Amino acid sequence: MKPGIWLLLAGLAATPAYSDEFTEEDLKRWQAEYMKVMQKGEKLFHSTLGTNQVSCDQCHPNGANTHPETYPKFQKQLGKVATLREMINWCLQNPLEGKPLPLDSDEMIALEAYIVWERRGVPLAPGKH
Amino acid sequence: MKRRNFIKGMGLAGLSATLPFSLVEVAWGMGSKPPEHEPFTFAYISDSHLTHIKGTQFTRNFDQGLRKAVMEVNLMDPKPDFVIYGGDLAQLGKREELDHGLELLSALRPPLKWVIGEHDFYLDMGEYWQDKISPLHYSFDHKGVHFVVLNSILTYEDWIAQWPTPMERMLNMARLDNPKGSPFMVGDEQLRWLAEDLAKYDANVPVVVLSHSPLYKIFKPWNFWTDDAEKVQKQLQRFHRVTVLHGHVHQVLYNQIGNITFYAVMATAWPWPYPVSYVQKPNRVPKLTVFMNRADPFHQRDGTGWDILDLDSGAVTNHYQLWLNENRTVAFDFKLKHPVDLKYQDPDKRIPPQFHY
Repeated sequence: MKPGIWLLLAGLAATPAYSDEFTEEDLKRWQAEYMKVMQKGEKLFHSTLGTNQVSCDQCHPNGANTHPETYPKFQKQLGKVATLREMINWCLQNPLEGKPLPLDSDEMIALEAYIVWERRGVPLAPGKH
Repeated sequence: MKRRNFIKGMGLAGLSATLPFSLVEVAWGMGSKPPEHEPFTFAYISDSHLTHIKGTQFTRNFDQGLRKAVMEVNLMDPKPDFVIYGGDLAQLGKREELDHGLELLSALRPPLKWVIGEHDFYLDMGEYWQDKISPLHYSFDHKGVHFVVLNSILTYEDWIAQWPTPMERMLNMARLDNPKGSPFMVGDEQLRWLAEDLAKYDANVPVVVLSHSPLYKIFKPWNFWTDDAEKVQKQLQRFHRVTVLHGHVHQVLYNQIGNITFYAVMATAWPWPYPVSYVQKPNRVPKLTVFMNRADPFHQRDGTGWDILDLDSGAVTNHYQLWLNENRTVAFDFKLKHPVDLKYQDPDKRIPPQFHY
């Protein structure tokens, strides 16, 4: 092996030594960031996102009956195995008579974070109706 | 059991194909107690939540639910003696919404009896309702049965007084999962009225109590709850046959507490999930209840419907007319002394998935 390669590997080996040392500060920050997004989702979930004054919580108080732990799964009305975000968009377009959100938008991630938070502790059951 | 077509000779073959209802008369459910009154039927429509958008625009789906109910009641044969409206005609108690509801319901042929819901009440504390629609509590007799209408959606003065505007108060009461919500109650004044009203009746008279919220405690976080329910139940104890019919919960739900049978009726607007589907808080959903299936939760009318009830046996037999699901009949079983689902009570006979993930 050439000497240059050895130098490169040594440099890499120096950093990972600390990467699993999570500080209390790290944990607090990550939790706070999640809760901030979740709370934004909670607000969106309780507001009228479409055109007909209907909000998500009217059919799904506390996100109930959204069962995010069962996605991806077959959705009859979409005709395919779909993700939770695609299902959220179906709700925005149909019961709420609004426009779909881009799947990677901040609003979509916030809605997903709120729905998942309300089902915390429930075991994953992908594919279940 | 005798089955007959619920619509007959209407010359509406095309229409009746889309209205798949039939009335099941329960002949064996009377047990040893012969009926002491003339049999009759009444229909029950509830929880339409008509929502004003702007001008003359209303949320289409909720309008359609109520229109369908009115049409179906008008096609009933035999005609119900009367129709009960179980509350939550409006979404935010606005005059536009209540007027719109009155207009849609004016097409109903049988007379209407009204129960007020919290969505009709908390904008103006029931003022418009009392002026234009109905008293908030009253009683009446019909063919040997005593009916009592209670306003069960009152709450504590401190909660009512904290909101700077009537609309804020309304919005906070309208949100089901509001952590700042307040439990419902009947209140002492009405309880005194109830005691006086019931004092005139013999214990053998069948009593039917109509309220918006359930007169028992199911799940406080969503206000499936009446705080002074036990006080009402106590007053009803001396009667042999008592039925409480309520709306509010938007689902098939029934229970037996002592001598009192409780039935929830369906909504025409949308179905609520069962509280067991919210896993973070404990609930007291009655063990008797066989959950309503939602085979197609993506259709606008799925999980909604209405009820027709008969009092052939002195106890209510509740025919749940589920517009996109198998119809269900829940009848009082005199041997078991509680209501049973005639088809699905046995866990082996349930259809998948009759539980919720």
